Amino acid sequence: MTTIAADGQILDDHAHDADHKPAFFQRWFMSTNHKDIGTLYLIFAIIAGIIGGAISGMMRMELAEPGIQYLTTWVGSGASADEALHLWNVLITAHGLIMVFFMVMPAMIGGFGNWFVPLMIGAPDMAFPRMNNVSFWLLIPAFLLLLGSAFVPGGTGNGAGTGWTVYAPLSTSGSVGPAVDMAILSLHLAGASSILGAVNFITTILNMRAPGMTLHKMPLFVWSVLVTAFLLLLALPVLAAAITMLLTDRNFGTTFFDAAGGGDPVLYQHLFWFFGHPEVYIMILPGFGMISHIISTFSRKPIFGYLGMAYAMVAIGVVGFVVWAHHMFTTGMSVNVKMYFTAATMVIAVPTGIKIFSWIATMWGGSMSFKTPMVWALGFIFMFTVGGVTGVVLANGGIDDNLHDTYYVVAHFHYVLSLGAVFSIFAGFYYWFPKMSGRHYSELLGQLHFWIFFIGVNVLFFPMHFLGNQSMPRRYPDYPEQFAYWNEVASIGYVIMGVGVLIFFVNIAWSLVAGRKAEGNYWGEGATTLEWTLSSPPPFHQFETLPQIK
Amino acid sequence: MTHYVKAWILALGLILTPAASVAQDALPAAPGAEAAPAAASVDSEAPVAEAAPASGLDPALYTPMKPTEGVGMPVDKGIDFQPQVSATGKEAKWINNVILLPIMAVICLFVLLLLFIVMIKFRRGANPEPSKTTHNTFIEIVWTVIPVLILLVIAVPSISLLAKQFEPAPEDALTVKVTGYQWYWGYSYPDNGDFEIISNMLPEDEAKARGEPFQLAVDNRMVIPVGKPVKMLITGADVIHSFALPAAWFKLDAVPGRINEKVLQIDEVGVYYGQCSELCGARHGFMPITVEVLPEDKFNDWVRANGGTVKGDEATETEGDEAAVEETASDDTTTEGAPADAAAAAN
Repeated sequence: MTTIAADGQILDDHAHDADHKPAFFQRWFMSTNHKDIGTLYLIFAIIAGIIGGAISGMMRMELAEPGIQYLTTWVGSGASADEALHLWNVLITAHGLIMVFFMVMPAMIGGFGNWFVPLMIGAPDMAFPRMNNVSFWLLIPAFLLLLGSAFVPGGTGNGAGTGWTVYAPLSTSGSVGPAVDMAILSLHLAGASSILGAVNFITTILNMRAPGMTLHKMPLFVWSVLVTAFLLLLALPVLAAAITMLLTDRNFGTTFFDAAGGGDPVLYQHLFWFFGHPEVYIMILPGFGMISHIISTFSRKPIFGYLGMAYAMVAIGVVGFVVWAHHMFTTGMSVNVKMYFTAATMVIAVPTGIKIFSWIATMWGGSMSFKTPMVWALGFIFMFTVGGVTGVVLANGGIDDNLHDTYYVVAHFHYVLSLGAVFSIFAGFYYWFPKMSGRHYSELLGQLHFWIFFIGVNVLFFPMHFLGNQSMPRRYPDYPEQFAYWNEVASIGYVIMGVGVLIFFVNIAWSLVAGRKAEGNYWGEGATTLEWTLSSPPPFHQFETLPQIK
Repeated sequence: MTHYVKAWILALGLILTPAASVAQDALPAAPGAEAAPAAASVDSEAPVAEAAPASGLDPALYTPMKPTEGVGMPVDKGIDFQPQVSATGKEAKWINNVILLPIMAVICLFVLLLLFIVMIKFRRGANPEPSKTTHNTFIEIVWTVIPVLILLVIAVPSISLLAKQFEPAPEDALTVKVTGYQWYWGYSYPDNGDFEIISNMLPEDEAKARGEPFQLAVDNRMVIPVGKPVKMLITGADVIHSFALPAAWFKLDAVPGRINEKVLQIDEVGVYYGQCSELCGARHGFMPITVEVLPEDKFNDWVRANGGTVKGDEATETEGDEAAVEETASDDTTTEGAPADAAAAAN
């Protein structure tokens, strides 16, 4: 990556009128400022993360030992045993949807993307500031619809119990009542929000780069958001179409996914995963971008193989669109199709490997310091590698026959998401928190957060590989007693992880109240992108005179 | 750099293409996805309560076999796959444990080792002046090519395993039609008079009483002959379920409106458990699968005990005294209280 030097004079010339902020309501509810909208996204993601994390806590409580212990209590007195079991399905559905659509995506794309894409390309704001605000505010009703769906009938009991994949016919004829309709509308709104955001990012990145910043000089985080935005733009309309067909199947008598009327339930799965597989790269690519910056900053060394890194992300994005059916290996597809999807899926390991090795090569010969963001980034590299190799196992259609829909899959995608995407979110948060808030976090609490969280999630998710090998199926509220040991270990891991998250919140609170004031470039010479040429926090409007990139 | 990445991605694709097409040639077209009405036979509508308990079968012909501890079921604190009892299962487990697992472990340890090296050698204290290296074409080619080679090593056995898993059943193979219902399984035997076994999970006390694992044991098992390919036709009656048998590395979705076909051949006599593996509503976790594999004559007895017909019975009937014994046995079961609908099917 090229070192970018900005004209430091710009700020001083315009600082006097750059920091005029609107009043509270106008600033936060009618915002057109990319940094404020980014902050709103981050706050939203944290709240959604707390709710989604609490739901997973309920799940780990229930699974800590064999038998149904808590579901009957939670569902309330007077409810049948089946309603209690339905509650379980509502919990797994809500956990998945919240973490994907309302935690990871808003944090990475809405939060860090909004905050730092304009700063890194030397732009005053996003291309469409009002649309940016619409994107954010669509998420609120979307989230309320999803949460509200838990309190209306959804078949056997209250709430949508279809899994985050909303497979037909369980989601059509199998779930009577408004809950699934509400969940589908929630996805529509969240999808529209993301499409608008994607349009905004693509336009901003392609048109508003500072003079001299060619695409091949663009910071990797911006590259990652650009690729992500294209994935969103291409994948989300397919999801929208699929869930619209679900809605009409449910309410207007169409039979897109009903064999009795000439439709096909498996068609829904094809449409869903045509969106769903790019979606997993949508969740991880911005993390790749952030990790690149953090590794480079704390090694005081430019990123190794910049172009390879950028085009590896492009390759992952492209190949990510032609591997979807590996999520459907057991639906009864033909041998030819299964062989193709096996081979295509394994190909993704190559660009991913390039990224892992390029990060290590960036550190090689560097002068590393181990501040909080860096330890998160190092943790990310190793955990993502572990999640990646199990992905190669699952890519083999013949091997997947046994592992499909078992806890092995749960372990795999939590290693790449809960230990991949979430690690990169924490890394980025610590990296940029002083830039965003103007105050330093506590290094001690940050390190403590990392180590406790790291141990917790590994104790939580690693045993799930064993459960999967032993063929414990996913989405089960109860299990034969042979699975008890590793489930108990996993639940203990959840508690450890929970302590780590508490430390994170203590750290934020402490920093906002008593944190040391942050200077403009608090990471020193390793931090070379344009946001470090600005004060911390940056002025309300920045780059009114565009910086020149040499 | 980019050229190399693209070139190697293309190369991998090209290398894999012939392998895949060769394998395809050797195989017939995919199992037909013929649309079948969900409730194809009258039997499939048999309510749960009417299913005959296993103990209701003539004990002279069939008594449920005791499972072997640690076979066909998970084990306490287990970390490995269940012991495999089918040829493709053994091969798949071998591929995982001998090829995939060591490769995974080596890759993870290698990355970990590199991380430790950079953390120690290139920490600020040890290396205060960072180098300015940003390119090294050779090393970039190496870390593109080696993963490609590793993937090829994995792809060859993996693709050949897939081909074996899709080998079609011989013409005379026994057919078992599996139907997933909310929330139990139905197994019908069209070659044996089309009787249907309705299979519900056993309550905890009954499972314990029978010496079987709770949440895996069922009242009426699916029974198949040992060492013979069985043509499994799998469908769903209401929503999608998934028929899974971990000990045979077997899993296939039960999709309403289509019949999925796959061969199940188990080479060892025994009792094997599985669980529904596609979210199907409230009691998704409580519709286990139990498959009992018996020698062929015992299997035939089981068929007779259920009022089904065994191929050859009628042929020998006309031939003389020899078949008389079997004939009586068959008659006995029909009269002694097999379910009425099964008896009707037998006739």
